[in-house]
Amino acid sequence: MKNNRILKEKIIFSFIKMAAFFSAITLVLIIGYVFIRGFKVISWQFLFQEVQQRDITKGGILQAIIGTIYLGIGTFFIAVPAGISSAIFLNEYIPDTKTSRVIRVAIRNLAGVPSIVYGLFGLAVFVQFFNLKTSLLSAILTLSSMTLPWIITASEESLKAVPFEFREAALAMGATNWQTIKKIVIPHSLPGMITGSILGLSRALGETAPIILVGATFYCRSLPTSVFDKFMALPYHLFILATQHAHPQAHEYALGTAIVLITIIYLMSLTAILIRYHLRKKKNA
Amino acid sequence: MPKKIIKTENLNLWFANKKILKEINLEIVENKITAIIGPSGCGKSTFVRTLNRMNDLIPSCRITGNVHYKGKNIFSPETDVTNLRQNIGQVFQKPNPFPKSIFDNIAFGPRLYGEKNKDKLKNIVEESLEKVGLWKEVKNDLAKNALSLSGGQQQRLCLARTLATKPKVILMDEPCSALDPLSTAKIEDLMQNLKDITIVIVTHNMQQATRVSHFTGFFLMGKLIEFGETKDIFTKPQNKKTEDYISGKFG
Ligand SMILES: Nc1ncnc2c1ncn2[C@@H]1O[C@H](COP(=O)(O)OP(=O)(O)OP(=O)(O)O)[C@@H](O)[C@H]1O
Ligand SMILES: [Mg+2]
Repeated sequence: MKNNRILKEKIIFSFIKMAAFFSAITLVLIIGYVFIRGFKVISWQFLFQEVQQRDITKGGILQAIIGTIYLGIGTFFIAVPAGISSAIFLNEYIPDTKTSRVIRVAIRNLAGVPSIVYGLFGLAVFVQFFNLKTSLLSAILTLSSMTLPWIITASEESLKAVPFEFREAALAMGATNWQTIKKIVIPHSLPGMITGSILGLSRALGETAPIILVGATFYCRSLPTSVFDKFMALPYHLFILATQHAHPQAHEYALGTAIVLITIIYLMSLTAILIRYHLRKKKNA
Repeated sequence: MPKKIIKTENLNLWFANKKILKEINLEIVENKITAIIGPSGCGKSTFVRTLNRMNDLIPSCRITGNVHYKGKNIFSPETDVTNLRQNIGQVFQKPNPFPKSIFDNIAFGPRLYGEKNKDKLKNIVEESLEKVGLWKEVKNDLAKNALSLSGGQQQRLCLARTLATKPKVILMDEPCSALDPLSTAKIEDLMQNLKDITIVIVTHNMQQATRVSHFTGFFLMGKLIEFGETKDIFTKPQNKKTEDYISGKFG
């Protein structure tokens, strides 16, 4: 009997070890491939000069980098406040009834809707109905709609993690609901909310499907000067280079673009970790 | 006739369909200590939490009857519940300081009511910590996180935090059950020193009830079986059930 248990333990453990090893190897292979093949094209020119449509090796990818950054900033400032407020409203103000549970499940399911569907939604609502045309603004709003369910879900998790004793203590001292939320609940859950939001955002910025329908183009002569301009973005640039470009070196340039995109997303995750670390430290000072 | 600060009239309380409190008529004398005793699950905590309307937080809770605080019905629409809770503070069973500095914990209440003046806040913090005998221990660590204090110190901090709101009544639900004997003795001393505050204390500890309280109410299965001066309840209980309980026959 005893031996049997130990054997079982060993089998399961080696299985888990293999699975972990396999995922690590896959990750290393992907990153390794991208970096080894794409590293040659990275240069100051590649990062800081505008795209030369005639010959991609003569210019850089500046418009795409800036486009993705604009997209990120715009989405951050729309989706994060909207998502966090929605989460607070859902979690703190609506009583836990059947209706509210249905709303919650619906939001969770929205998080699983394929990104191309958000693209179609953005096309119908922002581009056509609100007549914002295919533009940076339409794309920001589309990406915001897409990240909103992720942000709400992540924020609700952090709100739920606030111990009931803290709320109870504040209310028992005569705090109003809003005072309790402002002074106790939000400070306690903000690190988690911000981290969840940034991770959601970084995931969204790597998406091609939702933005091609609503404003991203393969080539713009210059940087967008207003939110109503069309724009370039890294994932779409990468996609075109990898699939539809005739230049013999297009593949290397696609991988170089991928390196830049991966780096931006990695930096965002790092920022999220730093923010969380900083806020935690402040909280426990 | 001593003044009654809280009165309950035919108070009934349900959680969903379960009746927890049955026809409670009880009067709490101002500036005295009232102990609530009774076996586990008889509704002591629920009763105490009714007095500052903390049961409002439980959606399934339904109440009939009245509770008067200083002659005013606490359930009437005119009652401002935040104001009520400022006047009727609560100390919980498990010490629950906020994960903030010692200073911010004590200043929390006054700030809620709009006090912004730094010097005034400093005074309140010092005065409140002084009252619970913590000032000397922590005066150099006011910026330290309150969670770094010991359990006994945390509970005294929570009491100080409540005192800083200048309550007229403090509800204490087994405030010493998580504490060592020394910290317990300190809290009991404090209670006796708070001469101008009414205290309602729930306790499982008969000695504690006899040591600190002037009045005692005995609850059993949601009913108030007996109420009277503590010395009478413990020396010549009128009800057989009270006698059985305090002599340790059940509970
Ligand atoms: N939030 C709640 N929802 C439903 N039932 C509850 C709730 N809180 C308490 N009860 C029930 O109410 C009854 C009284 O509980 P209460 O906590 O008031 O007892 P107590 O006398 O304080 O017990 P103890 O000495 O163990 O603290 C119990 O049967 C309990 O199961
Ligand atoms: Mg209890």
